[in-house]
Amino acid sequence: MNKLFSKENKAVFLAPLNIDNPILVQILGICSALAVTSQLEPAIVMGLSVTVITGFSNVIISLIRKTIPNRIRIIIQLVVVAALVTIVSMLLKAFAYDVSVQLSVYVGLIITNCILMGRLEAFAMMNGPWESFLDGIGNGLGYAFILVIVGAVRELLGSGSLLGFKLIPDSLYANGYSDNGMMTMPAMALIIVGCVIWVHRSLNKEEKK
Amino acid sequence: MIKKFFDKIRPNFEAGGKWHSLHSLFEGMESFLLVPNRTSAVGVSVHDAIDSKRIMSFVVIALLPALLFGMYNVGYQHYRAAGLDGTFLELFGYGFLAVLPKIIVSYVVGLGIEFAVAQWKGEEIQEGYLVTGLLVPLIVPVSCPLWMLALAVAFSVIFVKEIFGGTGMNIFNPAIVARAFLFFSYPNQMSGENVWVSKESILGLGKDLPDTFTMATPLGTASAGHYVAPPLDDMIIGLMPGSIGETSVIAIAIGAVILLWTRIASWRTMVSVFVGGALTAALFHSLGATPLMWYEHLFLGGFCFGAVFMATDPVTSARTEQGKYIYGFLIGVVAILVRVANPGYPEGMMLAILLMNALAPLIDYCFVQRNISKRAKRAAHK
Repeated sequence: MNKLFSKENKAVFLAPLNIDNPILVQILGICSALAVTSQLEPAIVMGLSVTVITGFSNVIISLIRKTIPNRIRIIIQLVVVAALVTIVSMLLKAFAYDVSVQLSVYVGLIITNCILMGRLEAFAMMNGPWESFLDGIGNGLGYAFILVIVGAVRELLGSGSLLGFKLIPDSLYANGYSDNGMMTMPAMALIIVGCVIWVHRSLNKEEKK
Repeated sequence: MIKKFFDKIRPNFEAGGKWHSLHSLFEGMESFLLVPNRTSAVGVSVHDAIDSKRIMSFVVIALLPALLFGMYNVGYQHYRAAGLDGTFLELFGYGFLAVLPKIIVSYVVGLGIEFAVAQWKGEEIQEGYLVTGLLVPLIVPVSCPLWMLALAVAFSVIFVKEIFGGTGMNIFNPAIVARAFLFFSYPNQMSGENVWVSKESILGLGKDLPDTFTMATPLGTASAGHYVAPPLDDMIIGLMPGSIGETSVIAIAIGAVILLWTRIASWRTMVSVFVGGALTAALFHSLGATPLMWYEHLFLGGFCFGAVFMATDPVTSARTEQGKYIYGFLIGVVAILVRVANPGYPEGMMLAILLMNALAPLIDYCFVQRNISKRAKRAAHK
């Protein structure tokens, strides 16, 4: 038990949430972060899907890492990820159809998400299954965390709601307030991600040096 | 006298003085009102008689005719829509009161951010906002709410200017970005038929109009497929609905003369914008794609204003002399192309200038490389 939650393992899990965040520091997975965050709900679902897939694909690859021939490892990694993505996509269609329609191709495109391939290549190929699992979940949650922030800002300012509940009162609209249409466009998502990176870097100045 | 006053209060702002935290505000006001008395302390630098603050002042002077006429036109459109007769002073006064808050908001927000950033970074205040602050109110419709204007100004100053390192470092023209931000964020308040005439009475001038009153710009009607040509003299004088400062060809021409005479704007850029626009418009007209004659395309909408005050911005335009021809020409072409080919956007000047701002460094790069290889060849021949 002690070994399972040793200091190193904690670091493996916590680093991607903050100082080694895949979006903020490694600048990976930006495209999907821009595409699915115009509202909060798809952002959450997308974040969770990626978390589950990174976690389990890391475990599977880590388990078979010694038997994978080096020259075809990328293909094998892709097969594993594709299988998991297909399962997640089917689950979404079965239990959360509306959201899966909103996410459309982006669930399928998780296969090409740079975070996944990066973690498989850089971590799961060299570490045991438990560490790999923690690493995958940590990176997935780090990704989901940013998606939620961006999705919340965009939905609140772009549609005046969160998770579909109207938050901005009608009286404000009557007084001339109106929703910011640009927030629903991907361009604004890029700027918000930029702002989050800005805040993150100024909070972590010491660690960067 | 002003100098004495500044000398007297200066100790308060120097390190240790009681208002030290406001020192950048002090320096900004001082060098705005007086010619700066410091010369650069390090390195060799050539000082011209006219520094960048004076350049900015000349641009502001060049903008004044368009601004004053814009104010009159705001009043004129309102009184005509209301069916009232007003004296010249009433019309102008109404427009003045309608436009003034926008200018104040634009300057307060923009300069506030600039001062805050200068203070935070410990730099001198940068004066670039002087022009932008006046351009922004001139390129929005008169009914644009003040809070939107404030938001757009804040957005463009922070994300287009300060992030790139402040005045002189930006790749996009901040005033255009402010307008683009408004255009994409709040399309209902920035285009269409509902926004071009002020609808409220101000301090007893004019009268309230019903919300349902609409008035389309000539380009708006052209885009909707039922072009109504305004009389040619209205077109040139500028008595037609449109963004505050963009309507009058004459007022803009006065500004253009000032800019060219003081050599602040490049005639190469200006002329090639008009040539590009005219040729493209003539081509489309002869193909039957647009009901407007080529000169109508140039006189209507923001074409003149953009060509004179926006495209020639020395920071964001191409810097090589031949590059300016290409840069200007393509602005004219793209502006007309957007107007004619995209039914969703009646006006293309804003998008054209933004696009070419982004391409200007590339144009420069090509010409610089060409010159380098030319010279290399010449050297090889010797």
